[in-house]
Amino acid sequence: MSVYVNKDTKVIVQGITGGTARFHTKQMLEYGTKIVGGVTPKKGGTEVEGVPVFNTVKEAVDKTGATASVIYVPAPFAADAIIEAVDAELDLAICITEHIPVMDMVKVKRYMEGKKTRLVGPNCPGVITPDECKIGIMPGYIHKKGHIGVVSRSGTLTYEAVHQLSEAGYGQTTAVGIGGDPVNGTNFIDVLSAFNDDPETEAVIMIGEIGGTAEEEAAEWVKANMKKPVVGFIGGATAPPGKRMGHAGAIISGGKGTADEKIRVMNECGIKVAETPAVMGETMISVLKENNLDAKCKTH
Amino acid sequence: MNIHEYQGKEILRKYGVNVPNGHVAYTVDEAVEAAKKLGTDVTVVKAQIHAGGRGKAGGVKVAKNLDEVRTYAGEILGKTLVTHQTGPEGKEVKRLLIEEGCDIKKEYYVGLVLDRATSRVVMMASEEGGTEIEEVAAETPEKIFKEVIDPVVGLSGYQARRLAFNINIPDELLNKAVKFMTGLYNAFVEKDCSIAEINPLVTTGDGEVLALDAKLNFDDNALFRQKDVVEFRDLAEEDEKEIEASKYDLSYVALDGNIGCMVNGAGLAMSTMDIIKHSGGEPANFLDVGGGATAEKVTEAFKIILSDPNVKGIFVNIFGGIMKCDVIAEGVVEATKQVGLEMPLVVRLEGTNVDLGKKILNESGLNITSADSMADGAEKIVSMVK
Repeated sequence: MSVYVNKDTKVIVQGITGGTARFHTKQMLEYGTKIVGGVTPKKGGTEVEGVPVFNTVKEAVDKTGATASVIYVPAPFAADAIIEAVDAELDLAICITEHIPVMDMVKVKRYMEGKKTRLVGPNCPGVITPDECKIGIMPGYIHKKGHIGVVSRSGTLTYEAVHQLSEAGYGQTTAVGIGGDPVNGTNFIDVLSAFNDDPETEAVIMIGEIGGTAEEEAAEWVKANMKKPVVGFIGGATAPPGKRMGHAGAIISGGKGTADEKIRVMNECGIKVAETPAVMGETMISVLKENNLDAKCKTH
Repeated sequence: MNIHEYQGKEILRKYGVNVPNGHVAYTVDEAVEAAKKLGTDVTVVKAQIHAGGRGKAGGVKVAKNLDEVRTYAGEILGKTLVTHQTGPEGKEVKRLLIEEGCDIKKEYYVGLVLDRATSRVVMMASEEGGTEIEEVAAETPEKIFKEVIDPVVGLSGYQARRLAFNINIPDELLNKAVKFMTGLYNAFVEKDCSIAEINPLVTTGDGEVLALDAKLNFDDNALFRQKDVVEFRDLAEEDEKEIEASKYDLSYVALDGNIGCMVNGAGLAMSTMDIIKHSGGEPANFLDVGGGATAEKVTEAFKIILSDPNVKGIFVNIFGGIMKCDVIAEGVVEATKQVGLEMPLVVRLEGTNVDLGKKILNESGLNITSADSMADGAEKIVSMVK
C-alpha cells in the first residue's frame, strides 16, 4: 500500500511539449510510471517520448482513462491548467510549476470547493511511491521501498531526508512534497491523515519551514489523531524576520511563523524534532527504536 | 516588491480611496514648490523610504509655513533614518512626500492580507490606529475585527459596514468608510498586492475618511502582469547584490556573516544557513540557484557571493534533482577562472550526475575541499574561516 499513487496510477502530463516536461516525462517513464498521455493546446496528434499528445485534458482523460495529472505549465497559465484538470474530474492533480501568483491560487482554491480532485502543490517536487510510481521532478534513485511516510514543504530538503533514510536502510512508503507556496492544495494534515490510514506506513517524517502556522496546526492534529510516531524538522531557524527566503510562503511576519515557535509546539505535541537537517534520518531511527518499529522498518 | 508611500497613494486614488493631496520632491526647492502648489496652511513633510517607523525616527514633520517646509525638507533629505524596520545601518532619505495637513479627529487601522488558513484575503480593521498592529494583536486582540472575503463576490457591502460599525466609525461617515474599504480591496486584488495597510486611516474635522499613510507590497510572482507597478520600483532602496541576483532569477538575501552559501532549493538553502550557525559559523547570505540553473547562472551567483567583502569562505551545498551536479561544477570552475578565488571553498555534491560533477571539480586544479554530507561541509568551512 501507499498513499495517493501506486503502480496502477495512469498519469497525463499537462504542458508535455515544454523542455522541462519533456525531460521529466522521459525520467518518469524510465522509472516505470504509467504516463499515458500529454496535453498541449494545438499540439494534439503529436507524440512526446512515444506518449500521445492531446489538445485538452478532457480529451486526454476520455481516450486514456487517466486518473492523475502532473502540471508543468508556465506560471501565467498554470492556474487555468489546474482548473482544467479539476473540471475533467481527475482524482489527483500535481502541480510542479513555481511562481504562480497568489491571487490565481486563491481563485483556484475557491473553484475547487466541493470538487473531487485532490491538488498537490503548486511549487512542489511531486509524489513518489518507490518502485511503483514517480510523478514529479525528484531524483528517483535515492528512494527505496519501505515503511516511512515523508511529507514536506521543501523539495531539496525532502531529497536530503529520503537520502538519509535510504542510506541507513530505511525505505519509504510514499514521499509527498506539498510545496512552498502560501496557498496550496494539500496540506500537512491531509497527508498525515492518509499515512495514518495506510497500513504499510509505520512512522512519518514531516519537514516544514518558517512562515505561516501549518506546522503548528498539523502538530495539534497529530496529538489528537495520529496513531503512528511522527518526527519533524523545520528549516529556517536562522532566517531574519521580514525577508522572504525563496519560497513565497517562507517569511516571518509580525513575529509569526518562527522556527522556535513551530519546534516548541511540535515538541509539546509529541513530535521529536531533528536539531539539524543532517540528523533527520538519525532522529527517525532513534524514534523507531523507542517504538520497537526498528526491525520492521529496516528494509535493506 | 515594495513601493513608496506616495506611489501607493497614487494607486489608491485611482481606486476611489480618499487620500490627501500631495507631491513628491527630490530637492529642497522642489519641496517648497510642492507646498506652494498645495497652498494649504499646514503642510506635512514626509521622508519616503521603504520602511515603517519613520515618524518616531524624525522623518515626518508638520510645517506651518513655507520657511518651515524649507527647513524640514533640508533636515530630512539626505538624513539616514534608523527605525525598527531598517536595521542598525538605517536608510538614507532621497525623496520626500509634501502633503496637505488635515484636521485629524480619530485614527483607525485597516489592512488586507492573505489568510493562509482559509486561502482567502482577509480585511482587518481596528479602532487602535497609529500604533503597530502587531502590538494591538498581542495586547488587545479583541480590538481587531476581521472579514474573510470570498474571491467570487469580493468585499460585500455588509462586510465593510460590519467592520465600520465594529470600529465605531460615526454613522454619518459610514458610506465614505464603505467606499474606502471597497476601493482598497479592489486595488489589492487587481494590483496583486501581498499586503495593503492603511495605518492610520483618519476621520477629519471636515467629515472626510482619509488614508494618512499607505503601505502596499506586491506579489513578485504577479509582476509580469503589473507593468505600471514595476515602474515604481526604486532600486536605491534595495541591496545591490539582491538586484544583481534578481537579474539572473537567483533568489538571494544578504545577511551579516562571513560564510557565503550557494545552494539549490529554498528549503535546503535555509537549512544550510541553519547548519552553519549550528556549527559555530555565520552565513553571509541565503542563495537559492533554483532548479533550472545554467552554468552561466551559477557563475553569476558565485560572483555575487564573492562581491560581498565580508565573505571569508564559501560553502556550496547541492542536492541535484532537477538541478544537475555537473552544471554546478562547470559554473563554479568558470566563475573562479573569471574572478579568482583566494579563500576556502567547500563543495558538497549529491544527486543527479554527481560523479560527473565531482570529476569536473577534481580536474579543475582548483583548491577545493570536498564534503561527504552537509554536516561535514558545514564543519569544514566553519573551521577554515576561523
